[in-house]
Amino acid sequence: MILSVASGKGGTGKTTVAVNLALSMERKVQILDCDVEEPNVHVLLKPKVTERKPVYIRIPKVNENLCSHCGECAKFCQFNAILALPTEVIVFPELCHGCGGCKVVCPSNAITEEDKEVGEVVRGFSDGIEVVYGILKIGEPMPVPVIREVKRYLDKEKDVIIDAPPGTSCPLVHSVYGSDFVILVAESTPFGLHDLRITVDVLRQMKIPFGVVVNFKGVGDEGVYEYCKREDIPIILEIPFSREIAELYSRGIPFVETLEGWKARFRELTKRIEEYI
Amino acid sequence: MKAKQVTILSGKGGAGKTTLTASLVSLTRSCVVTDCDVDASNLHLLLKPEVIDKKEFYGQKKAKIEASKCIECGLCREACRFDAIRNFEVDPILCEGCGVCAYICPAEAINLEEEVSGYLYTSRTKYGFMCHAQLKPGEENSGKLVNLVRKNAETLAEKNGLNLIINDGPPGIGCPVIASVTGVDLGVVVTEPTLSGIHDLKRALTLLNHFGIKPLVCINKYDLNLKNTERICTFCKANGIEVIGKIKFDPIITQSMVAGKPIVEYSPDSPVSKSIAEIWRRIMKELDLDV
Repeated sequence: MILSVASGKGGTGKTTVAVNLALSMERKVQILDCDVEEPNVHVLLKPKVTERKPVYIRIPKVNENLCSHCGECAKFCQFNAILALPTEVIVFPELCHGCGGCKVVCPSNAITEEDKEVGEVVRGFSDGIEVVYGILKIGEPMPVPVIREVKRYLDKEKDVIIDAPPGTSCPLVHSVYGSDFVILVAESTPFGLHDLRITVDVLRQMKIPFGVVVNFKGVGDEGVYEYCKREDIPIILEIPFSREIAELYSRGIPFVETLEGWKARFRELTKRIEEYI
Repeated sequence: MKAKQVTILSGKGGAGKTTLTASLVSLTRSCVVTDCDVDASNLHLLLKPEVIDKKEFYGQKKAKIEASKCIECGLCREACRFDAIRNFEVDPILCEGCGVCAYICPAEAINLEEEVSGYLYTSRTKYGFMCHAQLKPGEENSGKLVNLVRKNAETLAEKNGLNLIINDGPPGIGCPVIASVTGVDLGVVVTEPTLSGIHDLKRALTLLNHFGIKPLVCINKYDLNLKNTERICTFCKANGIEVIGKIKFDPIITQSMVAGKPIVEYSPDSPVSKSIAEIWRRIMKELDLDV
């Protein structure tokens, strides 16, 4: 089973839910942190690292001796990553998607490719839970190549939990792609509701079943509840607003380890999800 | 004179960027504000903009295979670096719109199609102009739309003689964040005293340093974990970064959000509002602007 934990809005408790769920599951679990811009799963699970692997994209290198300055490469590039001047070709590596198109169209075979490191993937274990997370190199704009590498580690023999990045654009879509179910973590506030709605739009387009976990229950308003009722979206768990849980989180302690009854609740949650799938 | 620019960012989502931005705008009044979170934008829920101009935004193109022309040779699948072609169809979710498949297709069966991927707005609020946008769900957030939002704000500031632009940044450190901070005079990082908050703060500060932007830090929910707040202060001091304010962990912030108002208007005498006013004065001083 592949479960993604997502939310449009940041800070609603995705990582909290993903980590506590992983700690509660009975079968072998793998947790993939696809929030490669700001990965946090390892901050809570503190895995013993067994592998680190750099992530590369292939960017063009122009051999000026062979280049005829025809400008075909720049004309072809959809990302404006190559500028062809009359006597010089300039590559902007941070705009390059690594598609290899410039090399394909160059009539003089003047373009080769070289690897450029954009981040790394780290793998480790924490009390039997396999943790894989990606780290986007600071200053690098594109998280998707790193997300793609993290997902290459996906082990279908295990229950897989994917901690997705916030938002509803490309990085989210790539992270949850291929999941059996998405757990949407939402807070019932106007911000929470707005961002839940747009995330629901994406998941409906992607045809992935989903349910909502309401976090910080007790603060805010009834907006998320009314919306879920109207749209026939199941609320699969509620986590109360509690200073105790917030303080545990601030110290990096998953709350199922100290608050009684929660492991059982998360286990029930997985059973309910299995029924939906 | 060119308007000064400050971007509010955080690395970690939900740290309080939008809460702070809305209050800074309410305190400043004569400024242009942008919401650079074009993906999950929230600032409009507090500032209630009235849209005066809306433009379509064309972002990423997508490849499409015309089944009637396709000879099923499979060359496109081999050439695609994004594994976006399966069974002679393009998966629009995985396609990055590079056009390699269309170029190499011997049957000319593939076209790149352009679609509206979002909208760009210019609005009026009771505080002045607001520039914002909405990307369609699932689209590529390349930073292009953020650039347009910011350009729009710069034009408006210049035309109307306004000397400050406040940018509400998106979470993370990727494309849209880079687009939100390039060329600004000041970056204010909102953090929280949690281990994740500290982890993300360090990455956000490294990003600002990478682009040579002066950082200031404020700590939201500081009393949630005083030990971690102390750690943040020590870290900042050691790196020559000023912590310009600490905001209490207080449900009143959520109440103001439910009421749809910046906290400094909802509860001007609360400790939270007083801390924010202090932060505002410090930012204005840093930018050499009058309060």
